[in-house]
Amino acid sequence: MNILKFFTAGSVDDGKSTLIGRLLYDTDSILADQLEALQNSNRKNDDGTIDLAILTDGLRAEREQGITIDVAYKYFQTDKRKFIIADTPGHIQYTRNMVTGASTANLAIILIDARNGVVEQTIRHSYLVSLLGIKHLVVCINKMDMVDYSGEVYNSIIDKYKVLAQQLKLAAVTYIPVSALKGDNIVQNSERMDWYEGESLLHFLEQVDTDNLDKSQLARMPVQWVIRPQTDELHDYRGYAGRVLSGTFKLNDRVTVLPSGASSTIEKIEFFDQTPDAAHAGQSVTIHLKDDVDISRGDTIVNASALPQASKLIEADLCWMDGRALDTSIMYLIQHNSKVTKCKISEILHKVDINTLEKHPADEFKLNDIGRVIVKTADALAFDLYDDNRANGSAILIDSRTNLTVGALMFRAAVE
Amino acid sequence: MSTYNFDYLDELEAEAIHILREVAGQFEKPALLFSGGKDSITLVRLAEKAFRPGKFPFPLVHIDTGHNFQETIDYRDKMIKRIGEKLIVGSVQESIDQGKVVEQKGKNASRNALQTVTLLDTIAKYEFDACIGGARRDEEKARAKERIFSVRDEFGQWDPKRQRPELWNIYNGKIHKGENVRIFPISNWTELDVWNYIRRENIELPSIYFAHEREVITRNGQLMAASPFLNMDDEDVVFRKQVRFRTVGDMSCTAAVESEATLIDDIISEISESKISERGARMDDKVSEAAMEDRKKGGYF
Repeated sequence: MNILKFFTAGSVDDGKSTLIGRLLYDTDSILADQLEALQNSNRKNDDGTIDLAILTDGLRAEREQGITIDVAYKYFQTDKRKFIIADTPGHIQYTRNMVTGASTANLAIILIDARNGVVEQTIRHSYLVSLLGIKHLVVCINKMDMVDYSGEVYNSIIDKYKVLAQQLKLAAVTYIPVSALKGDNIVQNSERMDWYEGESLLHFLEQVDTDNLDKSQLARMPVQWVIRPQTDELHDYRGYAGRVLSGTFKLNDRVTVLPSGASSTIEKIEFFDQTPDAAHAGQSVTIHLKDDVDISRGDTIVNASALPQASKLIEADLCWMDGRALDTSIMYLIQHNSKVTKCKISEILHKVDINTLEKHPADEFKLNDIGRVIVKTADALAFDLYDDNRANGSAILIDSRTNLTVGALMFRAAVE
Repeated sequence: MSTYNFDYLDELEAEAIHILREVAGQFEKPALLFSGGKDSITLVRLAEKAFRPGKFPFPLVHIDTGHNFQETIDYRDKMIKRIGEKLIVGSVQESIDQGKVVEQKGKNASRNALQTVTLLDTIAKYEFDACIGGARRDEEKARAKERIFSVRDEFGQWDPKRQRPELWNIYNGKIHKGENVRIFPISNWTELDVWNYIRRENIELPSIYFAHEREVITRNGQLMAASPFLNMDDEDVVFRKQVRFRTVGDMSCTAAVESEATLIDDIISEISESKISERGARMDDKVSEAAMEDRKKGGYF
């Protein structure tokens, strides 16, 4: 059994919280006392049934306003998989929260209201899926109960969506007609839409293979911590602790340490009381090298035959996440895995109108703005392009005046 | 494509180890908050996996309410001896004696709320800049929104509206002096995940997690262990019952559940079928729909 992390995009009106509530409810993931709290709540659907959306609206302000402000994480499992849902808000003023929720997801669900079809926010959400490099997308045409479960309505919507998907180069898209409110095609296949021959949403989520599309073969491990017991019996012990971002390291592999460029060979791989022959993407291990090279936190160990980019000038997409606008005259901190260095945004190439996908020249970057910039870093970063290797192609910007995370960066090219 | 066995527990474990090592790398004076409960016991195992054969780069801190189950204290002392790490104890009784907090009165009195003050005092005294805890997002809906690195202001408060975006697996631990960060490495684990991990790793637990016979009373529809720490009166009828505890908190606020589960396999099948969620056995969450959110804003873990 493995884990599928997915995020849901859509606004209040699309029934996104209802969809998640429905997944939890129909998979028996709501326990008795939570259900009791639900039933005691004042919020009910028009027909008096439980409003499943309450399950995901965690904060008091959200309950009062009936909207999702922040990312809420929800968990459920079936016999096949463990699921982690990032429930993110759909309003444009919460774009940054959506980017946050999407950043760790392997799959996205976009909701379209069957009555309205592809609208401005559908374009926005789809753009974010493409920007964040999420390789699997499920488009749920929701509220099919409101259009008499019409196959014609459904087909005309997906025909329109396919044009958008092509424009955004979204590869693996799956379409499912659903009613979250009534439970059609969520867990069970609906009897009310016999024209639909595909799977129910849950069945699809249980089966979809995310490994092949998501995993980069480039062997990368940022060093987080150097283990040096310095005891009598372990006097010379020096282990480099980190999580393998991507690819595989094997015993006797030739590796390069960046940014210094020093080379060595893997002598031993440790995982607590085990000494495996290889360390794979996702594993947290300790690596020993044959040579005595100078390595500290922030350095990256990589396979010597597939080096990453190393540059102080990087073209990147930026999503601005702070109330205070970007200031191109000041220095920020950039955090790329375990490496932190100073940086400046030296140039804004363009900004994207995420409702229309048009690019505009810009000289300012405000909350929720997204566009292309040039980042100039104090120390060189050892990075890959985001589309090749998400884990080593992303970074955050920190404002050292407030220590807040103010920007998300996706690396697109090294500038010569 | 190389194939290797990396199941969901391996993935959760690797993520938690990564987070613990980020704490070591980013903070000057971190601490691991140890309650004696299964979640913090799991954290200790994860810390061993993250840092052995080296020492932990942080001490363990226990906020002792003085109303603990004796079994928990015995377990704690034995474990500290085994792992050879430093333990710091912050005492709620001391906070009461110093007049910093006042003991609650009445039938539902508990020291649960008081421990926030002792925790904040202990953080200030040792100047901890990061406190690792075993909270999970599946426990409660306010927790479902909390970051893995959760910044608290100098008054220990959590501001849900000013949370930092937390992207990819990059954790921003930068803070101003006086602030500190609460760190939750097992945020993405569920109760069942923790139990499955404990079984897989063969981790020893305090005996109160397993079914045993003890004297209890019924309070607000729940079974509470009869103890000198519970304000009891003539209406309370003490009887013996086969029970176990699903969480380990104060004796005065942790309810028992009827159970025959004496082995970890029994517990796992019990939880898989259970119709009451884990925090359902905590009286402190029942006060209002926003109970946890309010306590977190005030500095509670």
